Amino acid sequence: MNGAADSSLLQIRAVTKRFGGITAVKTLTMDVTRGALYGLIGPNGAGKTTVFNLLTGVYDTTEGEIRFDGARIDGKKPYEITRLGIARTFQNIRLFPDLTVLENVMAARHLRTRQTLADAILGTARHHREEDETRDRSLKLLKLFDLDRVADERSTSLPYGSQRRLEIARALATDPKLLLLDEPAAGMNPQEAFDLMHLIRRLRDEFALTILLVEHNMKVVMGICETVQVIDYGEAIALGTPAEIQRNPRVIEAYLGGA
Amino acid sequence: MRLPRKLLAIGLGTAVLVALNQVFEHGFGNFQINPYYARIINLIGINVTLAVSLNLINGLAGQFSIGHAGFMAVGGYTATYFTVYHGQALAALAGSTLNDAVGGSLAMVVSLTLGASAAALAGLVVGIPSLRLRGDYLAIVTLGFSEIIRVLILNIPAVGGATGFTDAIPITNFFWIFAMAMVTIVVVRNIATSTFGHALATIRGDEIAAEAMGINTTRHKVLAFVISAALAGVAGGLSGQLFANPLNPQNLNFVKSIEVIVMIVLGGIGSITGATVGATILTVLPEALRSFDRQFPGLRMVVYALLLILMMIFRPQGLLGRWELTWSWLGSRLWRRPAAGPAGTAGLDR
Repeated sequence: MNGAADSSLLQIRAVTKRFGGITAVKTLTMDVTRGALYGLIGPNGAGKTTVFNLLTGVYDTTEGEIRFDGARIDGKKPYEITRLGIARTFQNIRLFPDLTVLENVMAARHLRTRQTLADAILGTARHHREEDETRDRSLKLLKLFDLDRVADERSTSLPYGSQRRLEIARALATDPKLLLLDEPAAGMNPQEAFDLMHLIRRLRDEFALTILLVEHNMKVVMGICETVQVIDYGEAIALGTPAEIQRNPRVIEAYLGGA
Repeated sequence: MRLPRKLLAIGLGTAVLVALNQVFEHGFGNFQINPYYARIINLIGINVTLAVSLNLINGLAGQFSIGHAGFMAVGGYTATYFTVYHGQALAALAGSTLNDAVGGSLAMVVSLTLGASAAALAGLVVGIPSLRLRGDYLAIVTLGFSEIIRVLILNIPAVGGATGFTDAIPITNFFWIFAMAMVTIVVVRNIATSTFGHALATIRGDEIAAEAMGINTTRHKVLAFVISAALAGVAGGLSGQLFANPLNPQNLNFVKSIEVIVMIVLGGIGSITGATVGATILTVLPEALRSFDRQFPGLRMVVYALLLILMMIFRPQGLLGRWELTWSWLGSRLWRRPAAGPAGTAGLDR
């Protein structure tokens, strides 16, 4: 068990999720090794986003267990899981509308601050020091995503592609070990998707991240993922390198329909 | 560096309030303030405390509470009860060892602290179960809570029951009212501009995303709610011990809660400046419209309602929207300097 825990950061063991009579995820087992760029694909309604919601504690598992960095995380609350080091983006962008671009990122650093509410109310030295640190670090992150020039703009006024990048920046602000990207290339044109691929690869290297990615854009998935897991109707149907996946008859059948 | 400046501001503010309090109570030379105006000004101060504190939970955290009168009642009755039954003894004891002014202030501080604590405790009891859930549960629970408190008070003879707490000793004055209004504004502002305030904004904006960013939304909501309740308790304590203004269960029903909500909605929900402006307008307006009653009794409230309706039609975001009066904005206006700061500082009051 220890040997496995060392190389694999995330272990999903026979996880099942039922909503009433519908089984969205069925005895799924997955291992994501440290530093991997791991793709999770499948046709519409295959249960990909459900897997993300199970990993981040939005849903409770019906059966099975999930381990992250050696510790059980199934049954934990979303904010506890984020504190342990899993951050995510959303398929339908969920930025905080009342906050500026910078404040969106600063809010995500809130969990790493040590000041208490009393520090904030009394305006103690610790409060001012931490606010300055938070602002500096958030600005640095924005710079990396080429968003520092729009730091003071309302987040929802940004163009679509920038909003997607801001969501990734915001997720990174929580200091994650594992980053879950839910369809990051959705709605992007080919050039934007190409830039995004480079960005994702760069992030993995610079932040020593492990990235788990759900994506419909096959160019992106096949272009950057080292391992791809395919699911259909909540069940794992294939696992392998992009090249192996593309030749797998079960995958082709799932996507194109059986004859 | 920062501490002396802060102390200086507190000292200066206290001195100004003490001086104004003197003018209020004893006049200045030949000038004597009209007691009617003095009363309205005092009520403005109390309503500012109420509105700004409600703005913390309704405006900043986006959780709809309609039971502010309940917390005002809990704090008000607790504070007044202490003053009536124990405050004199405490003031006399401290007065004999130190001096009378210190004794009186001590009694006031203890009275308000007890009122705030009782209201905070009530906030905790109401908040923990109802804020765990998303949605409008808080509105229902706070409404029920404030009615329960009102009926409870009606049946406690020691605090006057239905006749109101007429035994109250009028120890509230201009100084305490405006000192507490300032404290409330500073507390809520400091919360709003910190990352804690950003966290509240994330809850208001998207609770699922807030949790995904590691924010313990229940804890943050409960904290904001408890502080809001405590400050409402302070306002209650001030109100109940104001001259000829006894606490009365009839005046602390849900209509009072709605009145405070109207103040923050009118001023611009989420804005502390807006809550202050809204509280001032809604305290002055019914008085200013009294002349209408001379021609047609009752017309006053019709005009009042009409003005509010027109306001909501033509400016639904409130008078100020989410705009805040900040030092940097004031500075840029006074010295006509362009308000250009380094990226990330504009719009944030430091």
